[in-house]
Amino acid sequence: MTGHTILRVVSKLLLPYVLLFALYVQFHGDYGPGGGFQAGVIFAAGFVLYGLIYGLAAVRRVAKPRAIEILIAAGVLLYAGTGIATMLMGGNFLDYGAFTPAHPEKGQHYGILVIELGVGMTVAAVMIAVYSTFAGRGRA
Amino acid sequence: MSSTVDLEVQTVTALLLTLLCVTALAVVRMRNLWAAVMLMGIYSFLGASWMLLLDAPDVAFTEAAVGAGISTILALATLALTTTRSKQPARSQAGPLAIVTVTGAVLMYGTVDMPRFGDPEAPASTYPHPSYVERTEHDIHIPNVVTAVLGSYRGYDTLGETVVIFTAGISVLLLLQGSRRRTRDEGGGESP
Repeated sequence: MTGHTILRVVSKLLLPYVLLFALYVQFHGDYGPGGGFQAGVIFAAGFVLYGLIYGLAAVRRVAKPRAIEILIAAGVLLYAGTGIATMLMGGNFLDYGAFTPAHPEKGQHYGILVIELGVGMTVAAVMIAVYSTFAGRGRA
Repeated sequence: MSSTVDLEVQTVTALLLTLLCVTALAVVRMRNLWAAVMLMGIYSFLGASWMLLLDAPDVAFTEAAVGAGISTILALATLALTTTRSKQPARSQAGPLAIVTVTGAVLMYGTVDMPRFGDPEAPASTYPHPSYVERTEHDIHIPNVVTAVLGSYRGYDTLGETVVIFTAGISVLLLLQGSRRRTRDEGGGESP
């Protein structure tokens, strides 16, 4: 899409706000609607928009397929790892209160932030990977 | 005052549900698949608006982002590989229509037994005990009870859901990307 100047300029203007909004949804999920899943999808939508306008090769330059594959697994590992960390600290699996035994509610809050980050990483990476494999088919 | 609000909500709900039905019928009748994909995106947005009316912003969010956004893109990517006109069905569609009608009737019959929306006596409002709502502020110190239930009280389930997404992503990569790598190894003509 080399000729569409308006689309190229407008999408480039929008992109930072899409990604920023995704981060807002990610880290504000404790206070408003949203969370890791929604944030991951919005974050991936930014990359999809970039891919639609600038082509798949441009997306692959920014989001290296290898890095995306690692992120897919890293999110799940971060989530499960949080559970194992709580077990090592003497609590039950995913009982975040064990992080701060004196104030369990603070540990709960931190725990939720971390596992939501894990969800967000996996969802965003899966969506980007699915999009780029679908869009890359038939072009090779 | 509250009855006027109720009436307004009911009017908008009726409007949204009518539009949902119209869009669904249009998708079924449509032979041009590009237009059908676009209509399905509209269908998702209408669904998201309706979920917002039901006080479920988290679900509405997901429906708008996944249903209207990502699914539309994936469907368009598929159309780019196949064809944009659906074929005329070769056989009579009376059988499928009967099955769909009966299934729909059974589902509607099932809703007769369901409690009214927002009924405080409904099982969903009395069990599990509403103490989740009361305890979240003290246990977790965050105002969004949905996040508290998903992340902490039901954290194990959410871990399972994340593993499901992980599995889906890995499967797509294995099925689609794996075959491409194989053709490259066999010396298939892939341009750089």
